[in-house]
Amino acid sequence: MENILEVKNLHVSFDTYGGEVQAVRGVSFDLKKGETLAIVGESGSGKSVTTRALAKLIPSPPGRIKEGEILFEGKDLATLSEREMQKIRGKDISTIFQDPMTSLNPTMKIGTQVMEGLLKHNKISKKEARKRTLELLELVGLPEPEKRIDQYPHQFSGGQRQRIVIAIALACGPKILIADEPTTALDVTIQAQILELMKDIQKKVDSSIIFITHDLGVVANVADRVAVMYAGKIVEIGTADEIFYNPKHPYTWGLLGSMPTLDNEEESLIAIPGSPPDMLNPPIGDAFATRNEYAMEIDFVEQPPMFKVSDTHYAATWLLHEHAPKVEPPLAVQSRMKDNLHANVPEERKKEGDRS
Amino acid sequence: MGKYIAKRAGYMLITLFIIATFSFILMKLLPGSPLTAEQKVTAAQRAIIEAKYGLDQPILIQYFKYIGNLVQGDLGVSFQLKNQPVTSILMAGVPVSAQLGIWALFIGTFFGMLLGLLASIKHNTIFDYGANIVSVLGISIPSFIFAGLLQYFVGVKWGLLPIAFWGTPEQMIMPIISLSIFPMAISSRFLRTEMIEVLGSDYMVTAKAKGVSNFALIFKHALRNALIPLITVMGPMAVSLMTGTLVIEQIFSVPGLGEQFTRGVLTNDYSIIMGTTLFFAFFFILVILIIDLLYGIVDPRIRLAGGDD
Amino acid sequence: MSNEPNKDLFVMAKDREDTSEKINRPSLTFWQDSWMRLRKNKGALFGMIVLILIVLMAIFGPIFSSHGLDDQDLSLSRMPPKVQGLENFSWLGLDGKNRETFEADTIELAEQRALARFQQPDTEFIEAEVKQEPNNETGELAVVEYAFDKYAAQGVDEYFWFGTDTLGRDLFTRVWLGTRISLLIALVAAFIDMLVGVAYGGISAYFGGRTDTIMQRIIEVLIGIPNLVVVILMIMILDPGIVAIIIALTITGWTGMARIVRGQVLKLKGQEFVLASRTLGASHTRILTKHLIPNTIGLIIINAMFTIPNAIFFEAFLSFIGLGLQAPDTSLGTLINDGFKALQVNPYIMIFPAIVMSLIMIGFNILADGLRDALDPKMRE
Ligand SMILES: Nc1ncnc2c1ncn2[C@@H]1O[C@H](COP(=O)(O)OP(=O)(O)OP(=O)(O)O)[C@@H](O)[C@H]1O
Ligand SMILES: [Mg+2]
Repeated sequence: MENILEVKNLHVSFDTYGGEVQAVRGVSFDLKKGETLAIVGESGSGKSVTTRALAKLIPSPPGRIKEGEILFEGKDLATLSEREMQKIRGKDISTIFQDPMTSLNPTMKIGTQVMEGLLKHNKISKKEARKRTLELLELVGLPEPEKRIDQYPHQFSGGQRQRIVIAIALACGPKILIADEPTTALDVTIQAQILELMKDIQKKVDSSIIFITHDLGVVANVADRVAVMYAGKIVEIGTADEIFYNPKHPYTWGLLGSMPTLDNEEESLIAIPGSPPDMLNPPIGDAFATRNEYAMEIDFVEQPPMFKVSDTHYAATWLLHEHAPKVEPPLAVQSRMKDNLHANVPEERKKEGDRS
Repeated sequence: MGKYIAKRAGYMLITLFIIATFSFILMKLLPGSPLTAEQKVTAAQRAIIEAKYGLDQPILIQYFKYIGNLVQGDLGVSFQLKNQPVTSILMAGVPVSAQLGIWALFIGTFFGMLLGLLASIKHNTIFDYGANIVSVLGISIPSFIFAGLLQYFVGVKWGLLPIAFWGTPEQMIMPIISLSIFPMAISSRFLRTEMIEVLGSDYMVTAKAKGVSNFALIFKHALRNALIPLITVMGPMAVSLMTGTLVIEQIFSVPGLGEQFTRGVLTNDYSIIMGTTLFFAFFFILVILIIDLLYGIVDPRIRLAGGDD
Repeated sequence: MSNEPNKDLFVMAKDREDTSEKINRPSLTFWQDSWMRLRKNKGALFGMIVLILIVLMAIFGPIFSSHGLDDQDLSLSRMPPKVQGLENFSWLGLDGKNRETFEADTIELAEQRALARFQQPDTEFIEAEVKQEPNNETGELAVVEYAFDKYAAQGVDEYFWFGTDTLGRDLFTRVWLGTRISLLIALVAAFIDMLVGVAYGGISAYFGGRTDTIMQRIIEVLIGIPNLVVVILMIMILDPGIVAIIIALTITGWTGMARIVRGQVLKLKGQEFVLASRTLGASHTRILTKHLIPNTIGLIIINAMFTIPNAIFFEAFLSFIGLGLQAPDTSLGTLINDGFKALQVNPYIMIFPAIVMSLIMIGFNILADGLRDALDPKMRE
């Protein structure tokens, strides 16, 4: 499948009073047409910063894209001017943010907010834009759009507001839709409805989605591929099946171990001990080493490169190196990988082209 | 909303009533005021006053009459300017004071908002720091000191503008500038703080993610949200304009309410003092009420919530 | 990283101390932390230093000067300011000379007018500087600046640093004296506001229910009465004086403090440590004074800091409308007001007290801003 987006060695930093916060430290991935890529990882791992950098929505100052390329249809967005970016934002790349309660302008009618992007990116009349807006509101399942188009955000519930935010994002049929925890702030039943809506819409408009979430259940539900982030890096990336049934990185094991499942309630959840490193002074070796019960001496000395597990599956852990001792994931995790773990031993253990 | 207006108006009436009662008691207590018995007025004047206020009647009746007169806008007669009703003396000053106050308010908030807006856009630059210093000075230094400096340097030393009286544009410049410094400083500081907060809010990122241009971001999205809280500083502004006119009018010999008041103080003309004070109280309370209502109209969030505090 | 990593390193790591959860910064008490933040704020620091200097001058200033507090000497009236060592910098205006510019058809005419103005028979003590020669053809006037050395003319050897007023009193002494009174009025008023406001707000919020409702209704009515009106009415009943002004300023001034304290106490009241000590059987007064007030102290200080300049302003304002202190009492307000009467000829009479007053107002305002940022991080921009 064709790549619509290629991110290469992206570095994003914030210059704060305390020093340089290295929020994203060399992220590379690509996004294929029509697929859904989920990004998971602990709070503060850099998921939002990475995705905001794609549309250059990092507040600057203090933030800046330090290094790297963001290739969208062959153009490097990192080098585009603000004015050129304005033509891409909302038209080719749209974003849905986490908190519907704060992401709508409280003093602007919701119809106007939806129409704004339409009018900006298409040569259409106000009347046409209004008609399109009504269709969009209908599409996202907002009841009685004709009546509600002229109301203000505070007149809507959280779930309705998120539908409006989605309508805004979809207005111009974007090629890439970035959803940054679109359901976290909503209650469970509304979450399910919003997810259904997003899946539906993706089928209709055929856009690629980058989906950030903490909820691995949601990942299993929507994602084609999964990227696991830790301390500003992608530590493992692969198809959803590969990540769920054959995870290679101890951090992924930790994440899966801490995921509640319906079928094995009796087992206690395993929390990952400790907390993520301070991004002001990231550690020299593997950032996860201090929290990793499988850490080797090398983890404290050198950062692991990306090892190839399969054509679609890569992981950055020294455990995949040929010299490394063989370790098994914890039992709790093994029982979650319903397939036989050993059937899937990586054929090649050769190092993938080292980028860092 | 209707309930809310009624509630606010209720408070307004209670407050006015208390002030009026208080000033009635004062009039009864103060030596030499037209309502006390031992005063040195002519027989004719006494007759007029007694007829007007019914001084022979029981004090409670007098009180109700007084309040009744107030309701009709009758503030009694001046004690010094024989037989002139206080209301008409005040009404002569009101247009001048209003002219001074409105110009100062308009000019002050206009330049203040301009300064605050630029400072927030150029946040953390030299310009921002400069604007900050200007607003600290404007908020701290009393208007009469600005007036004094202007009067001395512009008026006396350089002889550019007349230092007193009211009427020609030249005469109006210095009083208006002196009085506009505080509204300028406070609206500049306030708008800057609000804009910085609004510019960092989530919905600005949403708007930016739509591809909205920087200009539209500031003027279509941010400004309106930042301007709404500006209503809250209108109260302090009204107070500063009121106290300001009192002194500024005196310094530049502007024949407004303030001058009537100071003359009342100098000549012990209690009915003028009370009249002006009641007028100020009424004006202030009205402004507060209007601000409250304005808040409800401008901000859609409050409009439907019913504005309960 | 082109070379293969060392083979020996591929062994399970020994248990290391997990440092990720250690907090690197030393833990500071609330006050240490606030002080550190305040120190970083250059404006606030500047304000504090200015205020300390002014307070010191208000206390000790009059002692530095060799002139008595109320020495009147009409022969020494309106002496311009003169400071040792600064006499040679005429642009500072501290050289004891009256400077004025005259315009006339000829230089002689200008000189005559200068002599008349300074009331001198000849130009012995007057220096002239011709700024523009008269020109009959173009009609340009003669512009001459005359500097009159009043000290020499009257044979005065003393130095009056800020000059003297119309009654010949030393302004330096009087300015610091006035500062003393103005600060006193403001501090006492702020203190009373604080006491009443904290008590009222604390009780109202702490007991809640009916008590709170009634107390809040009273405040809502009081807040509706403009400060200006209250102050004027109070001054009319009481004879103008320091006490009257303090009473007038505090009679409704405490309402702002009461509201703030009430809000804060209400917020704290529901928090666990208060509930905890209540279940442990602590008395009302104990909870109020040991738990609630200490946690409100930051807000109280900030509010008091904003009250002080406001009180100083109102005191001066009262002088302007004729309701201020009466002679012989003096304050910055009365000094500035007196200065206005001589503004055209002797601007320094107004300028020195005006500068001191401005510095006090600026000092308190920026210190209060700084404290607000330092004591309450949530209120930061
Ligand atoms: N404006 C900023 N200034 C300074 N540091 C920032 C800023 N925005 C983000 N960061 C830092 O960047 C790092 C990554 O933040 P990011 O928001 O991407 O995390 P996240 O993975 O999205 O977490 P969450 O799941 O909580 O949303 C954090 O360490 C954060 O402190
Ligand atoms: Mg995030």
